[in-house]
Amino acid sequence: MKRELPIGIAGLMSVIMLVEYFFNVPWLQNFAKDLRDWSTIVSAFALAFAAVNLTLLHTRNIAIKRSGWQYSIVMIACMFSFVVFGIFFGRTSAGFKFLWDAGLVPLSSAFYAMLVFQIATASYRAFRARNIDAALLLIAGVLVMLGKAPVGAAMWGGFVPITDWIMNVPNLAANRGIMIGAALGTVATGLRIMLGLDRAYLGRSE
Amino acid sequence: MIAGRIFTFWTMIGLFLIVGLALQRAKVRAPWIRRIPGLEAVEEAVGRATEMGRPVFYSPGGGDITDADAIQSMAGIEVLSHVARLTSKYNTGLICGVRQANLYAVADETVRQVYTEEGKLDEYKPEMVRFLSPEQFAYAAGCIGIMHREKVGAAILVGFFQAEALMLAEAATQGGAITIGGTTRMYQLPFFVAACDYCLIGEEIFTAGAYLSKDPLKLGTVVAQDIGKIIALVAILVGAVLASAGSKWLPQLLGK
Repeated sequence: MKRELPIGIAGLMSVIMLVEYFFNVPWLQNFAKDLRDWSTIVSAFALAFAAVNLTLLHTRNIAIKRSGWQYSIVMIACMFSFVVFGIFFGRTSAGFKFLWDAGLVPLSSAFYAMLVFQIATASYRAFRARNIDAALLLIAGVLVMLGKAPVGAAMWGGFVPITDWIMNVPNLAANRGIMIGAALGTVATGLRIMLGLDRAYLGRSE
Repeated sequence: MIAGRIFTFWTMIGLFLIVGLALQRAKVRAPWIRRIPGLEAVEEAVGRATEMGRPVFYSPGGGDITDADAIQSMAGIEVLSHVARLTSKYNTGLICGVRQANLYAVADETVRQVYTEEGKLDEYKPEMVRFLSPEQFAYAAGCIGIMHREKVGAAILVGFFQAEALMLAEAATQGGAITIGGTTRMYQLPFFVAACDYCLIGEEIFTAGAYLSKDPLKLGTVVAQDIGKIIALVAILVGAVLASAGSKWLPQLLGK
């Protein structure tokens, strides 16, 4: 029963949401809206549960002075600053906006900017022509880079149509193939969850 | 029925029938599916981390379980379940970094349940599954920090990823970890292909649960996916011929 009940609930809710998507049944649409509201409430509890995990983990780091424990102090201070300013002063308060605009946004932007170096190192490894596949990747990559960068068109006008062909024919064909496969995989996985064949979310997949 | 969703409805009914038939057939004879190197490599990655005495890092991606990307997150949980089973068998450390609170609850329960089933509940620790941050780059920074500090021997990244995909894969590679990446996101797949040792492309992440468990019924649904692909291929060919002949019958049918 402990096993069948959650599977049954998951299956039933999935069927309700599917029927509501395809058919115009007012009472079912109201019920589906309630289900969505419940999921928002459950999410709020899950966030509290997750915040407790984060706090316990970092307070333990500080207590046993694990390597890098100082960062745990910064993490807890930042998290609770956001909580205090957000709950007691509101998200439009000067304190909350300062934390957001002067803390989170520039740090996120700086971190995103580092992506360019990671692209460079990953490209260097991937573009080494060790085999036929890597050689093809290298040739296609160089041609597309020259076609997309202004300097490529200035060197030779042919780079642009070649790039367009690579992007619109082989690249788009592969993209669509992968997308069709992924869409069918999504339906099949959804059905497995509805039928209770995929039970990893209950911790019993095998 | 709501206009514009009629064709989708009947397509879905058709797919359900195909899955039903494939399941019936799978009960008689276990289906065969091709070897998927990315999934075969999961055991190798955990084994290598075990030999090195380092933990395994796992990320189920940044997707939630309440939105359109939920299926990718659930596929990530399927693989996490298998990875946790391996780490519990080999007594290897496991660190799972999670971005969404809903997914954290599911991932934590999954790992705890697997360790219980393997009789290793005493080795399960709450810090195995760590909620890091719902903010994309704060999450990425948290994962990278864990990879460097804990010197992970393997990094397995399966689920919904955005720009953090390359950051995580590169950080793991630079730390000397064996990396396996998988997603259906078209923008992130090239990054995984470039940066990871093994890559699960598109639908391969959805076959993970079936492939790793070898359950004939689950494998039956994978066969149904392949039948669906054949039908899609035929529809594309028919559509190309009709479009070349000036007919708009198929686009009109799809739009119903």
